[in-house]
Amino acid sequence: MTLRRYLILALVTLTAALGDTCLARGMKAFPPVSLSHPQALIHAIVSPWILAGIVLLTGFFASYLTALSFADLTYVLPATSMGYVIMTILARFWLHEHVSPGRWLGLLFITAGVGFVARGPSYTETDSVLPVLRPELEEVVS
Amino acid sequence: MMRTVALLPTVGMVGAIVITATAGDILTASAMRQIGDLDVIRNQRGLSGAALSIITNGRFGLGVLFLALSFFSLLYGLNHRDLSLIGPAATSLTFVSNAVAARIFLRENVDHRRWAAALFVCIGVALLAF
Repeated sequence: MTLRRYLILALVTLTAALGDTCLARGMKAFPPVSLSHPQALIHAIVSPWILAGIVLLTGFFASYLTALSFADLTYVLPATSMGYVIMTILARFWLHEHVSPGRWLGLLFITAGVGFVARGPSYTETDSVLPVLRPELEEVVS
Repeated sequence: MMRTVALLPTVGMVGAIVITATAGDILTASAMRQIGDLDVIRNQRGLSGAALSIITNGRFGLGVLFLALSFFSLLYGLNHRDLSLIGPAATSLTFVSNAVAARIFLRENVDHRRWAAALFVCIGVALLAF
C-alpha cells in the first residue's frame, strides 16, 4: 500500500461522511416529504447543501471504485467504515444532534474493527486476473 | 403468534436489502478487479479511457442494477418500518454477508483479522441505532 492509496481510502471515508452530512443538513431545511408526493424532492435538489452532498457522494463513488481496483472488498468496506465515526462526530458538533452512550460505544467497536483490518494485507493475489467469479456465475453475467 | 406474523415481513424486507446490496457489492468489486488498477489505466488512456472501461463493463452494469434494487428495497422498507430498525439492521448484516460472499465468490483471503473486523463493524453499526 502506497501513500497515494491510503489517501484514496481516506477520500472514500471523508466524501461519504461529508456527503451524507450535507444531505442531512439540506433536508432539515425542508418540511417532511410524503412518499405520496415525491415531486417535493425536486425542490430539494436546488438547495446548495443538497447539491454539495450530491457532488461529494459522486466523488465517493469514484474513489470507492478506484479503491476496489487495488484492494479487496473485505479490506475496503471495514477500512472505510471510519466514515461512521466522522459522520457521528459531525452530527454531534456541527448539526448539534444528541449522541447517546450506546452510539459512542458503537463508534468504539467500529474503530476497533478498522484497527483489525488495517494491520493486514490489502489484496488477495489470484492465479488469474479475469475469472474472479466462479465459472457458473461467469456464464450468467456474460 | 402475532409477533411472529409481524416479524416475518421485517425479516423479508431486511433480507431483500442485504441480498441485493451484497450482490451489488460483489459484482462491482469483481468488475473493478477484472478492469485492473485504475491509476495504471488512467496513465495509459486518460481519465475518459478509465471511465469508458468502467461503464462498458457488463459486471459493473449488473452490479449497479443490484445496488439500485437495494436502494429501492431500502425505500420500501423505510415506508413500512422505522429507519432506526431497518437502517442499522441492513447495514450491519451487509458487512457480514459481504465477508462470506467475498470469500466464496471472489475467493478473497478472509483471515481471522478480516472476520473480526467485519463482526466488530457489524456490532458497532448496530449499536449506532441506540
